[in-house]
Amino acid sequence: MHPAFSVIFFTVSSGAGFGLFALLYLADVLKLGGGLSGEQVAATGAMALCFIIAGLLSSVAHLANPKNAWRAFSRFRTSWLSREGVFSVAFFPFAFGYLVLSWFAAPSLEVARLAVGGAATLLAWITIFSTGMIYASLKTIRQWNTPLVPANYLAMGHASGALMLLAVAAWAGLALLPFASIAASFLILGALLKAIYYFWIAEPGASASIQTATGFTRAQVKLLDTGHTHGTFLTEEFGFQVARRYALALKVFVFVAGFILPLVMLGSVAGQPSLLLGSLITGLALLGLVAERWLFFAEARHVVNLYHGSQRC
Amino acid sequence: MRLGLVIDLDVCVGCHACAVACKQWNTSGTTAPLTDYQPYGAEPSGVWFNRIRHYEVGEYPNSKTINFPMSCMHCEDAACVTVCPTGASYKRAEDGIVLVDQDKCMGCNLCSWACPYGARELDRESGTMKKCTLCIDRIYDQNLPIEDRQPVCVMVCPAHARMFGDLDDPDSAVSLTVREREGYQLMPELGYKPTNQYLPPRKAKPIPTENMGKPGFKERLKSLANKIVKR
Repeated sequence: MHPAFSVIFFTVSSGAGFGLFALLYLADVLKLGGGLSGEQVAATGAMALCFIIAGLLSSVAHLANPKNAWRAFSRFRTSWLSREGVFSVAFFPFAFGYLVLSWFAAPSLEVARLAVGGAATLLAWITIFSTGMIYASLKTIRQWNTPLVPANYLAMGHASGALMLLAVAAWAGLALLPFASIAASFLILGALLKAIYYFWIAEPGASASIQTATGFTRAQVKLLDTGHTHGTFLTEEFGFQVARRYALALKVFVFVAGFILPLVMLGSVAGQPSLLLGSLITGLALLGLVAERWLFFAEARHVVNLYHGSQRC
Repeated sequence: MRLGLVIDLDVCVGCHACAVACKQWNTSGTTAPLTDYQPYGAEPSGVWFNRIRHYEVGEYPNSKTINFPMSCMHCEDAACVTVCPTGASYKRAEDGIVLVDQDKCMGCNLCSWACPYGARELDRESGTMKKCTLCIDRIYDQNLPIEDRQPVCVMVCPAHARMFGDLDDPDSAVSLTVREREGYQLMPELGYKPTNQYLPPRKAKPIPTENMGKPGFKERLKSLANKIVKR
């Protein structure tokens, strides 16, 4: 699949934003590390919303005909893309309510504040899941049609969100051990899920072949001619292929930048609180996640490639 | 009613006439235009509803060339319609034709990702998805003579390798042919239940060309001429 930068940025940025928001709410409810003040919760939540909005705007940039984007809310009952749109928009009023109530910190409204925050957190989780399901629901792409995809999206979003929250906690001068533990847990979970994913997609399993695609199952089938002189929409969108050696190098980068280095550096942040170091780790992990998302698209092979000569996808 | 095409791989000669006729008709049809990019340039490309590929089945010398036209299969369980977030893609209840409402499409490409047959192509100029309409602007046109009310790819095929009809009706000509010739669907394992059917090449005995018996007068005259004329 062609790795479109707008979609890569969208999934990484809004995933991190939703992950940050959900973990911020949990940290606020549990008063982790002594608890963030109302203003700090509001400021951090606003940062999460910025990441989400930047991602959503980027996703609109991916559309070839964005003037009809508003119609994407209409097929909620069948389309995961529509569901993602609906849930992400439904998230905003609750999230805003939570941030405003946190800012003003009225004790009489504490129950309402926690209730709207809880609703927003639930919607954040459902939205990340829906993003993953857009890809996981496609039977045409074996590398995507697996429950590991929404699981990966949830783990990655929370891992990057947890690192951001750690930077925030360092800035707010809270006890960092609980925040570092959460970040470490999600980084380990994300790395394990990603490792299982890479292991899983390496074997084709019982997938479609050029024989089932053409119906000539009793003999070998070979493409003689694709019937077009230059490329087509199909070759542009689905023909992209990444060299195996290059993919392997990128996977090493994903694990080193996305998981291993952040984990190693977590220890030093917990010992010596620093906003700069926290932000550095977050930036590094996000870079790793961009590489991970690029590979997610580049390694996906659509079955239409069978008609263009691939023996198996 | 479940309208669709039946494609005879036994007689398709791979001339691309169906693709060209499709392009000609539909570039001024309901989802027009079918934009071309650099039509006279170094990298010609553009939107087509029908593409023909060519395969070799078996290993030489025991192999056969198969010409393979593909367009929208108008699936019964059309995933492209399910995934469409705007409702632009829809399947008509009355005849099963899958269409894209050009006024609603936002060009997200998700339907093309969901289609295993490569039937949908984005038009970069309009920013909308386009696909085979089964010539919906011909098959119901009361102004056309009744024999012309079929998709233009079917009309133009010089080898009669394409048939159009109702595959829901067990007694229709297409259903009969599919039964007799053991027609099949492409990639049935994905479960989209494509309506279009493909007829496999027939196992015809080769026509003998040697030991044809006593040569006639014409053959004898030819062989005499061959002896006289030095080649």
